[in-house]
Amino acid sequence: MGDFSAEVISHIDRAYIRGLLDKGQRTDGRAFDEYREIEIQTGVVPAKAEGSAIARIGDTRVIAGVKVVPGEPYSDTPDEGVVMITAEMAPIASPLFETGPPQEDAIELARVVDRGVRESEMIDIKKLIISEGKKVYMVFCDLYTLEYDGNLIDASAIAAAASLLDTKFPEVKVEDGELIPTKNMLRIPLQNLPVECTFSKIGKHLVLDPVLKEEMVQDCRLTIAVDEQDNFTAMQKGGGAGPMSLAMMEQAMDLALEKSKMIREAVRKSVKV
Amino acid sequence: MAGIFFQKREVVVPGQLLAEGRYRSSAGTYDADGKVFSALVGLAELRGNTVKVVPLEGVYIPREGDLVIGTVVMVAGNNWRIDIGGPYQGSLHANNALRRPYDEDISKYYDIGDVLVCEVLAFDRTSGPFLSMRGRGLRRLTDGMVLDVSPAKIPRIIGRRGSMINMIKDHLRIQTIVGQNGRIWIRSPDVETERLAIRAFKMIEDQAHTSKLTDRVNSMLREESTKLKGTGGGPKYVAEAKDNDDMEDNNDEY
Amino acid sequence: MSTEKRPDYLISPEGLRIDGRRPDELRPIELEVGILKKADGSASIRQGKTYIMAAVYGPRELHPKHLTLNDRAYLRAVYRMATFSVPDRKKPAPSRREREISMVIANALEPALFLEEFPRTVVDVFIQVIQADGGTRCAAINAASLALADAGIPMSCLVPAVAVGKADGKLILDLGDAEDKYGQGDVPMAILPNTEEITLLQQDGKFTKEELLEAIGMGMTGCRYIHELQKEALKKAYAKRAPEGAGEEEEDLGEYDDDMEADLGESDLPEEDE
Repeated sequence: MGDFSAEVISHIDRAYIRGLLDKGQRTDGRAFDEYREIEIQTGVVPAKAEGSAIARIGDTRVIAGVKVVPGEPYSDTPDEGVVMITAEMAPIASPLFETGPPQEDAIELARVVDRGVRESEMIDIKKLIISEGKKVYMVFCDLYTLEYDGNLIDASAIAAAASLLDTKFPEVKVEDGELIPTKNMLRIPLQNLPVECTFSKIGKHLVLDPVLKEEMVQDCRLTIAVDEQDNFTAMQKGGGAGPMSLAMMEQAMDLALEKSKMIREAVRKSVKV
Repeated sequence: MAGIFFQKREVVVPGQLLAEGRYRSSAGTYDADGKVFSALVGLAELRGNTVKVVPLEGVYIPREGDLVIGTVVMVAGNNWRIDIGGPYQGSLHANNALRRPYDEDISKYYDIGDVLVCEVLAFDRTSGPFLSMRGRGLRRLTDGMVLDVSPAKIPRIIGRRGSMINMIKDHLRIQTIVGQNGRIWIRSPDVETERLAIRAFKMIEDQAHTSKLTDRVNSMLREESTKLKGTGGGPKYVAEAKDNDDMEDNNDEY
Repeated sequence: MSTEKRPDYLISPEGLRIDGRRPDELRPIELEVGILKKADGSASIRQGKTYIMAAVYGPRELHPKHLTLNDRAYLRAVYRMATFSVPDRKKPAPSRREREISMVIANALEPALFLEEFPRTVVDVFIQVIQADGGTRCAAINAASLALADAGIPMSCLVPAVAVGKADGKLILDLGDAEDKYGQGDVPMAILPNTEEITLLQQDGKFTKEELLEAIGMGMTGCRYIHELQKEALKKAYAKRAPEGAGEEEEDLGEYDDDMEADLGESDLPEEDE
């Protein structure tokens, strides 16, 4: 996720990982374009959250919970609901995380996941209105890292998407200035399903879904968000200051288009109808 | 009601009553009211009239004489600060590593990121550990790979009189240095052999508290080596004995 | 907006609670050890609908250095609730309640730990509440005890905890969320089962002295039962890793002279005293 060059990685580890890559191998035996095992569970907080999911990629695990709350719209968009995504890199997940307010890498994580959701127009926010200009549904999707072994972005994006698909919330309407529950349960109005794919550049190699050790020796990383129509809706180069060639970026784009389909299907399958 | 209250190889938990009467408490246990209780999750053991609990987990706590593999994380004056795992960071003074006279800027010799094999010179809980590189086999490592395992499992990985580690090295023709701090340096001829070695060590780490483990690891290696070599038949045993820590030409010892 | 409302009664005319329990009955409890691979020790607990994960890191180096103690490890607990763990979304930043509970949890666990073993270090306990349905600080202590043992921190014993309350004038064991919100009192407690000393005791609501002593007695019984569950969960976690046949008496030592106890204890110096 973040830039961990401050944590000392030994010369042997660095040489070992890069040497393996030069021989066409990765530390866990995966191909350069292969994801680790992905597991998604939804409805894990059924009694208190409107929607929830735990996404696991290898040994990285993220939980997402959705709360839907009636509230006020932003003044410049009175006909739209509000969607907010936050992320916490909680110290429970790794000896590398500290307690305290979110650092830049946690903020970057939240914003990259948010951009994937927002730019793909995953949620039809015009349908989140209770009373135009006065009351709308506010959808909060909050992410917590439970275990960290590299590639928080993709795991968080999967958890967020699955939790939003899982969400059911009580409908309310305005009656005599009061919010009254109708007896209906609503789903979040969805019109797209974004997926994010993250690559690590190490030397002259591009690897998909880096583990922590790979992130620690990477020159940089590239995340690409792909929507259901194969549009790119967000890109982020981060995780280190190394430059990346356009040719490598194109390679990443093609791989993202290919792999996103598999992930999207896994997300859909995980949700109980 | 005196006596022993645990079975051979029983996994005991903190607070569990182990013995009452004329028994002494040792590592991993404590006594209260003439009884000995476990302080850890581990295997309870009786030696004479001493009861101890061998932990199945735990961080590395240094002991004098331990061989450790560490990474330089900082250079401070005439000292290198060395990460050896666990809560106590090691300190290596230039006088214990270099021949005099040496340059003021000791990072010229060893710098951040270097992996060093050291010995623990001194440690008590209020200060240290202090490390040394004077001694046979103590040097900087530059190739191969370093595997992290739980320090509590290292004795099992070595085995009695080296039986386990030597069995693995014989099978696979690898060179190893086993650090008491849970780090194992491995140099192998190829990637497949390396993966097999890692698998063997991880298997021991996982099953350290079970019996007949040496046989099972041996069988696993025999099976897998055969698959690798593509021949029927047993592994190639190496006739000559090898030291646990390998000696080789040392260009960078000062 | 929460759609929860106050139940009509907390104890039915038949003497049963809103989830069908008898007054002295615990919720179903599930404990699992070693659920987080990166932590030194970890455990999860489900107690009714309450679901909490605990992780322990340590002993490890302490930052900031000025908190270092020269003769023992510093124990630090951080209790955090997920925003979605409660009906009305909780704001992400740590609340005063979370900070108080963090301290209370550390105080409940500390008497059981042999912190003098690791001077100049810190033992960090992280609690993540995923779903909160009452009794979270006690459930957190139950899980944290296991996580500490799983991390190899020496302890005199595990620490069980439970909350006793009062509803419709009757004492009830192991409060659910509604019983805590709408009941007449809440007494969370934790004990050291070997000595029966109390390491956590808080109380709100109104109790006479007799009622309070009776509540504590009820809590002790609950804690003793939970202690059995904790021990079972720890043993189960390690038994799982033994392959078949590993528990047999060994007649035939096989090709190798495999003395497990000696091998495991090999690097310990003989006659090493605590």
